[in-house]
Amino acid sequence: MAVRKNQATLTPKEKRDFVAAVLELKRLGRYDAYVSTHNRFITGDTDNGERTGHRSPSFLPWHRKFLLQFEQDLQSVNRDVTLPYWDWTADRTTDASLWAADLLGGNGRSRDGQVTTGPFAGPGGKWPLAVRPDSRDFLRRQLGAGVSDLPTRADVESVLAVTTYDAAPWNSASDGFRNLMEGWRGVNLHNRVHVWVGGLMSTGMSPNDPVFWLHHCFIDKLWAEWQRRHPEQGYLPTAATRNVVALNYTMKPWNDTTPADMLDHTKFYTYDNPF
Amino acid sequence: MPENTTELTRRRMLQGAGVALSAAAGLTVIGLTGPAAAADPAHTEADAAHDGHDGHDTGGGFDEVYRGRRIQGRPAAEHQHHGGWTVLIDGQELHAMQNADGTWISVVNHYQPYRTPRALARAAVTDLQGATLLPIG
Repeated sequence: MAVRKNQATLTPKEKRDFVAAVLELKRLGRYDAYVSTHNRFITGDTDNGERTGHRSPSFLPWHRKFLLQFEQDLQSVNRDVTLPYWDWTADRTTDASLWAADLLGGNGRSRDGQVTTGPFAGPGGKWPLAVRPDSRDFLRRQLGAGVSDLPTRADVESVLAVTTYDAAPWNSASDGFRNLMEGWRGVNLHNRVHVWVGGLMSTGMSPNDPVFWLHHCFIDKLWAEWQRRHPEQGYLPTAATRNVVALNYTMKPWNDTTPADMLDHTKFYTYDNPF
Repeated sequence: MPENTTELTRRRMLQGAGVALSAAAGLTVIGLTGPAAAADPAHTEADAAHDGHDGHDTGGGFDEVYRGRRIQGRPAAEHQHHGGWTVLIDGQELHAMQNADGTWISVVNHYQPYRTPRALARAAVTDLQGATLLPIG
């Protein structure tokens, strides 16, 4: 069984293997499909229309499936690789080892936000941006510029304490665990981390920054933690609901996977530690 | 960005209170977390004058030069009742979307709501640092 680990605990070899597998998917031309799929959903998911990947109950199972597919793709390159997660409540500064040159590289430089260290630095490196919102073809970050602080452990605890998974109107205006986790309301967890990283992570094409996977892996772990703490609660809605993916309905773009299929992550992988 | 930090601190304070009270005062929470409290570092008095304080009252559009870039916005006729707008930067469309609470996000600020389409366009100009938008795919 694959074990997903905290990025702060990875060995030098595990870091090398992860980075090499990501770069190989990029070289093979497979990586950019994840960027365009994500952007297609995030720009198509609307509060009053069909919504699947974001601002809806299926935000969590959709991203669990999306990460699983990416992880399986990495494993086709190197079967030992699993997705690491970034616990941003603990590793919350720009000098965390996450941003060192042997994993994701550092902050963008002040002049143009360009990342100039690590395996994903450009331009002219191994990480050209093909699917992008504007003319800049290099990875950019502005750590801590768009918002000064990452969420704290207390912020996360306050969201994990919410008992109801999601609620009508099943969008960015909802009460409930899912929307507080996604960050459209309340203390703002997931959205705030995208804004804190800045650069491509602030855009609809956020998977251009490999930290996307480590961020969402931690969000996925927090969903598992919520399930562990509220075993009597489940995914909602369970009944057919207009524009929203109910428990036993399939999700685009796969059309063969339901939220119900994604509830138990231990069918696919485990985490090193509870939150 | 001091304004942004101040705004966020205020928002978090209000929303932190909102979470604690949500069971008893759900409607109050919506009021506190609505457009007036959204992060909006680019918001100015001119926004308020032209667009109104209500995020839904977005008026008849805007056309100005901001930091050397021409930004334009107008309600999109086919989506008018859903709050759809067309926002342009130097004539190139910025993909924009309205949230249920009336705030706005764009393809370059997809996780950070702004109060008006004009503030959204200005934030995009700041982010672009002179780069040009690519056509919406």
